Amino acid sequence: MIHFENVSKIYMDDSVALEDVSFRIAPKEFVSIVGHSGAGKTTLLKMFLGEERPSKGKVFFDSTDIGTLSDQEINEFRRKIGVVFQDFRLLPNKNVYENIAFAMEAAGRTDEEIEADVPHVLELVDLSKKIWNFPHELSGGEKQRVSIARAIVNQPDVVIADEPTGNLDPLNTYDIVQILKKINDLGTTVILTTHNKGVIDSLKKRVLTMENGKIIRDDKEGKYVI
Amino acid sequence: MWIKIKRVIRSGFFNFWRNGFVSLSSILVMVVTLFVIGSTIFLGVILQSTLEQIKDKVDINVYFVTTANESDILAMKKSLESLPEVQPPVVYVSREDALAQFKKRHENDQFTLQALDELGDNPLGATLNIKAKDPSQYQTIAEYLNSQGADAAPGTSIIDKVNYYQNKEAIDRLTKIINSADRLGFALTLILVIISILITFNTLRLVIYMSRDEISVMKLVGASNGYIRGPFFVAGAIYGFISAILTLLLFYPITLWLGKTTANFFVGLNVFHYYTENFGQIFLLIVGSGIAIGSISSYLAVRKYLKI
Repeated sequence: MIHFENVSKIYMDDSVALEDVSFRIAPKEFVSIVGHSGAGKTTLLKMFLGEERPSKGKVFFDSTDIGTLSDQEINEFRRKIGVVFQDFRLLPNKNVYENIAFAMEAAGRTDEEIEADVPHVLELVDLSKKIWNFPHELSGGEKQRVSIARAIVNQPDVVIADEPTGNLDPLNTYDIVQILKKINDLGTTVILTTHNKGVIDSLKKRVLTMENGKIIRDDKEGKYVI
Repeated sequence: MWIKIKRVIRSGFFNFWRNGFVSLSSILVMVVTLFVIGSTIFLGVILQSTLEQIKDKVDINVYFVTTANESDILAMKKSLESLPEVQPPVVYVSREDALAQFKKRHENDQFTLQALDELGDNPLGATLNIKAKDPSQYQTIAEYLNSQGADAAPGTSIIDKVNYYQNKEAIDRLTKIINSADRLGFALTLILVIISILITFNTLRLVIYMSRDEISVMKLVGASNGYIRGPFFVAGAIYGFISAILTLLLFYPITLWLGKTTANFFVGLNVFHYYTENFGQIFLLIVGSGIAIGSISSYLAVRKYLKI
């Protein structure tokens, strides 16, 4: 479903962020990407989201080459992907309901669908009680759950979680990982990047290990080994 | 499509309302801008009416010899009125009227009146008062009058003198002042308006700079550029509208106060009356520029953050 084919990314100042990276991710897979800061994890994700284009090689989603999409097509493509960030990136002027509704509005869904789906997805992340709160009234763990709810509300094919537990305590980390697992069990491909050894070791899923812009290990039921 | 427009407008209102402090400060900056624009309207009107008044006071007088025939003078009046440079009517003051005016002016001056009586005959000639459409045209009119006098045989010209040449310097200087005041006023207005629009534009850019993360999130959930821009556009228009209303309210007491003081100073024009009489036009101009500046600045400012 996702296919990186000999992808390299070299910036203007000749610094190499990715070097000849190739891998495939099958539908419904749960893949973790680990590595030190600067190993190229985030660049890899940006490439997949169409935020940056590869200097060499190609990135495919099904049969579409993401590097060749127009701005308009990229907007539509992104609606099929849910993204969760380390810093949550909620809209501060919108309450929980509106933050999630916004992603649906952007995807052109009707008001009826929005009214039905938002409470449902909040139930899934166990946050129904905070539906009318604003982001600054929530804890870190709660914010991340809103962010996950926003990522999955359009029933995306893929959920990307970029260090989603980086700002959370162990208990919240555990909760978030459980939610991601649940999403994966419901049939969505999940790509997770993390520094957290405990998370990787408890998941027992596929792990890609990156170093200096290259993939150095690809383990079926991996452990955090660096 | 309709649902999108509805969402954009609603979200624009929310942006405006929930960014209370930022909205307030942007509105204040815009009030200043609109105030400058409004003031230039009033200044322009004051300048214009003052210049009109001054222009109105400039004229040239043709003095006729005491023996001139009234019919000749009236014929000349007619030919003058047919000149394109002359602003009709040319005012004819007969010998008798001139005498009456003279007496009235000196009614408290017994010596002059006595001297006049002793002369017996009316020493004053008839005059024509001529106004030009534009001060620069007095030269042409004076030349025309001169040629009229020159046509007649020496000693028989009915024109005694034309006072243009005595007033020439004053008239020339006035013409220059009027022209440069017009030009300077226009340049100043333009500069002030440009500066204040730039300040507003920058303020709105800062407001949108604070929303750059928000914009990038919107991009990442797949919102189209138009859909991201829309609410900022609407909020900008609301800033403009509210600022315009505030500015118009602010002008009310200011012109009321100015009206009293300026009516004495700048002859004839009461700024407050001008404001109330032309309120419709001023309203449209201020509200229109407010909304245009607000929405267009926002629209342009967001553009920078849409390239992800």
